[in-house]
Amino acid sequence: MSVGTDTALGLTESRTVVGIGVKVVLYALVVVLFAGPLLALLSGAFSEVSDPTELSVIPNRPTLENFSVAVDFGVLGYLMNSFFVVGFGLLMQVVVSVLAGYALARKRFRFSALALVAILATMMLPDEILALPLSILLADLPLVHINLMGTLAGMIVPIGAWAFSILVMTEFMKDVPLELEEAARIDGASELRVFAQIIVPLCKPALGVIGVFGFTMIWDQYLLPLLVSTSSATYTLPLALRTLRIEPEVTPGVVMAASLLALAPSVIVFLLFQRSFARGLTSGALKG
Amino acid sequence: MTIDTADAATAADAPQQAAGAHTSPPPARRRRRHRVQGQWWVPWAFLAPALLLFLIFRYIPMGQAIGMSVENVRPYLGNEYVGMQNYQTILASPSFRDAAVNTLILAVGQTAGCLLLGFLLALLLEGQTRKLSFIRSAAFLPVVVPMAVVAELWRIMYHPSADGFLNSIIGLVGLGPSEFINSPDSSMWSIMVMGIWRGGPYDMMIILAGLAGIDRGLYEAATIDGAGRWQRIRHVTLPGLRPVFTILFILAAIRGFRVFTEVYLMTNGGPNGSTEVIMTLLYKLGLEQQKLGVGSAGAVLLFLATLVLTLVVQLLLRKKKDA
Repeated sequence: MSVGTDTALGLTESRTVVGIGVKVVLYALVVVLFAGPLLALLSGAFSEVSDPTELSVIPNRPTLENFSVAVDFGVLGYLMNSFFVVGFGLLMQVVVSVLAGYALARKRFRFSALALVAILATMMLPDEILALPLSILLADLPLVHINLMGTLAGMIVPIGAWAFSILVMTEFMKDVPLELEEAARIDGASELRVFAQIIVPLCKPALGVIGVFGFTMIWDQYLLPLLVSTSSATYTLPLALRTLRIEPEVTPGVVMAASLLALAPSVIVFLLFQRSFARGLTSGALKG
Repeated sequence: MTIDTADAATAADAPQQAAGAHTSPPPARRRRRHRVQGQWWVPWAFLAPALLLFLIFRYIPMGQAIGMSVENVRPYLGNEYVGMQNYQTILASPSFRDAAVNTLILAVGQTAGCLLLGFLLALLLEGQTRKLSFIRSAAFLPVVVPMAVVAELWRIMYHPSADGFLNSIIGLVGLGPSEFINSPDSSMWSIMVMGIWRGGPYDMMIILAGLAGIDRGLYEAATIDGAGRWQRIRHVTLPGLRPVFTILFILAAIRGFRVFTEVYLMTNGGPNGSTEVIMTLLYKLGLEQQKLGVGSAGAVLLFLATLVLTLVVQLLLRKKKDA
């Protein structure tokens, strides 16, 4: 028996009856294992599920009732909060990363290594470790003395700069040929013009990467919104799922309907921008 | 060269370049000249938003955490310095030690599980066909689903009665019914399994990138030398993936130390403290009981643990590289 040499396992290239049989069974198993529970969630959201034991991959008595109950409990408001946070948070992250990446990648200046270390070191300081002081600091921002507790802004500003995005931008901007920048400068382009009209437009693939990673990162935030919220008025949708579950009148079907709304945006973003995802995983994630 | 002379040089060169446009100056000279142009504050202006945000929301809070960890924090009364007392309190408390052990178990279990699952998936799903990339996307879906949704879904699947979703599946092969997260005996591994389900496909994607980088010639050579499938994986693939495994290990371990959301949502440390991890404990101490000093001491210890782990792994890596 010869083993194919295109892949490590050599199963993909297998053309024997046994090989194809094994492949089909294993592939089906993978899909069932990972997509199965999500399909059960999908079907549960559209079924009458009054008891957790009724969860099934096959829809049962199809209905939209779950969604209308979820809406009665304010799910649309929570969804809007989520979109607000992800919209402005992502905008901030992208602008901040593009600016910082430009300086780190295209400028040689004193203490640039120090600036890079200061940015990298923030990866060691996640929200979890800073939770307690953040909850105090957000109530009274240094210098400006603004209280961000109980506001959506309090969930946005702390994640406005993300070291991962800055690194991805920096690495990508380093590869833009110097000749393009030089040509523009010789034509008399200003610093801002070089940045906005030469460098940034050439970084679209990197913008895609930080866009999709930023989106899923912000959408998945839990601890920060939990710290900042002082009432359910500022709950994001992931945060609201728990309070929804505790409501006595709420059935698992309703929780699953709300969960479906909470997972749909990031799954859709992933499916639409899979190429950016793959690029980010292989480049940026390996660096931290 | 000082900044002033650099500016003067570029300013002086500008007309010369305009004049000499037909003759085009040698490229090496031109490059050097333009690298140093511009004023010193320009890069800092571009960096300012990032550095300012990191200062306010990362470095100042970290300083405050260290500050509070040596103080008795009393709102409205002013804090008083208590030295190492908070650290002594938290290190002596059995609940913190239990939480540290639980965190370690969960981190090690999930890290190992994710790496193993990711490796198996990557081996199975390596290849260029469209069908395979479809299956890979399906397997990757749990990674992009918010943790809060994953936790709610698994709570329902983990329903402890015999006709619960997972109990009826494991019942088919004669197992169960299990209490899952409702019993101290099974709560920890139930959270672990959920974490592996969500984290394994992430590792798969990174390992796939590593697999793509392994020289196909080595596979051919191994096959010609009569190596079977398993020998080839053991002696060619696994050594080739070592750097990828190391990076995934560090990332997962650091993430594991600060696990919060899934535990908070699944069990909130229960039943009977069997799943209490450091972060859920600190959350209760600091934000529910307002023991900010002791809570901050715990957070600083957690930070030191991740720092030490990162440095140790980096040192080991460097040593290996030198050897």
